Amino acid sequence: MTRVRVAGGGLTHFGVHPERTSRELFGEAGEAAIEDAGIDRSEIESIFFGNFMGELSEHQGHMGPLAAEALGIDAPATRYESACASSGVAVRQAVLNVRSGEADVVLVGGAERMNNLPTADATDALAIAADDLYEVKAGMTFPGAYALMADAYFDEYDGSREDLAHVAVKNHENALDNEYAQFQKAISVEKAMDAPPVAEPLHLYDACPFTDGAAAMVLVSEEYAEENDLDASVAITGSGQGSDRLALQDRRYLTRTPAAEDAGEQAYEDAGVSPEDVDLAEVHDCFTIAEALAIEALGFFEPGEGIGAARRGETTADGDLPVNLSGGLKAKGHPVGATGASQVVEMAKLLDGTHHNAEKVPEATVGVTHNAGGTVASTAVHVLEVVE
Amino acid sequence: MSDEPARDAGYDDFVDAAKDGAPYYLECEAGHGSLPPRMVCPDCGDTNLEEKELPTSGTIVAHNVVHVPTPRFQDDTPYATAIVDFGPVSVTGQVRGVDPQEVENGQSVTLDVDLTDTNEDQVLVFDVE
Repeated sequence: MTRVRVAGGGLTHFGVHPERTSRELFGEAGEAAIEDAGIDRSEIESIFFGNFMGELSEHQGHMGPLAAEALGIDAPATRYESACASSGVAVRQAVLNVRSGEADVVLVGGAERMNNLPTADATDALAIAADDLYEVKAGMTFPGAYALMADAYFDEYDGSREDLAHVAVKNHENALDNEYAQFQKAISVEKAMDAPPVAEPLHLYDACPFTDGAAAMVLVSEEYAEENDLDASVAITGSGQGSDRLALQDRRYLTRTPAAEDAGEQAYEDAGVSPEDVDLAEVHDCFTIAEALAIEALGFFEPGEGIGAARRGETTADGDLPVNLSGGLKAKGHPVGATGASQVVEMAKLLDGTHHNAEKVPEATVGVTHNAGGTVASTAVHVLEVVE
Repeated sequence: MSDEPARDAGYDDFVDAAKDGAPYYLECEAGHGSLPPRMVCPDCGDTNLEEKELPTSGTIVAHNVVHVPTPRFQDDTPYATAIVDFGPVSVTGQVRGVDPQEVENGQSVTLDVDLTDTNEDQVLVFDVE
């Protein structure tokens, strides 16, 4: 089976760009990915595009063909929607497509436009990832859902808001030199603790921002990379996906995320690695509590131990397992349908030494990305390795 | 086609039953509980689902206080939402009869239906006993 190589990656600036349509954003990210890969666009055989809320923010469905024409490519193009895991799932489908032998060269990514909506409408749009009947009609918002998970976690494991503040401080610190990040500014634990509440126990600095942006990658088969002498030293060696019941009320656990556990186990087995082998992780910290749940689900920490990892310095840039060296969703931003692909772009650059934070992890050879949809009812996990 | 909004069969029936003080859930032959509308038990795939009376009292297992709402609830903030364990099923709703800051996990509540301040939409609520 071919080891799918990351031949090139591209990102737009993640931030407040309300005037930019997702097709234009994707054109910029895709163009950067094609240039980075050093291939001709005519080589691309299929396009996998993630987007979550185009119907609501841009009155635009059917975005696959738009993604292709944005890049001047005439190839089959499909949109994937799995809430905040849309492009993580798209990456998985792209990987499986290349592995199957169906294609040697594919382009995968995602785009999202959010800031053209007022805050209340954007909050409403995000909420459609929850169960409309039993959650949204009851007044659930996305921060509200993660607030319930945080509340249950505090109840079960004695974590605190201050533990969560350390996650936010760490991720802001990691984004300081990230030219693509929405926030390139440091914050303090005190500032996070004093921020206004969004959905208690979560406050403003526990939440990722609304972000406009896009991400794209060119993935190729190992054979294609060798035949064309591409500079593609990083491979996606493991892929996994899991699902859970959509509504929190129907879950077995409020403090664990089995969809991520399943996706992680699949991805590790696929790659032939274990959590102990992992040097770096980019995880879906849409809210600070989500990072704690993610690093537990991926097997790096026991249940109840993840929330204190940033405070203890275990997941900071100089820790044993740096998490979200990109700045994460918290500081880099969260253009929903682009996030999963952006995590893989950032991880590939961290591993091949071209990332702004790569010098902090020169020995890293194995990275994991974790992209979660909704309250982790969908999860895509990928293992990336330096293979040459 | 109709100009009137269509009911959500199953769900609206559940809300009406809760308003009438006779809420129910669905139980499969293996004893798994779920909420309507269902054709199939989500736990085991059993298609023999029977309506059963929901226990009147449940326990709050998680709660929050929402300050930034969706437009449907813009005049209702701050409000507490909670997940309440009724045994065979859990339900999400807003907590009534107590200041949102005074809500605690472990509190015993009953299921009811209230109207939102924003649009007078029906909403599932929990009355603290």
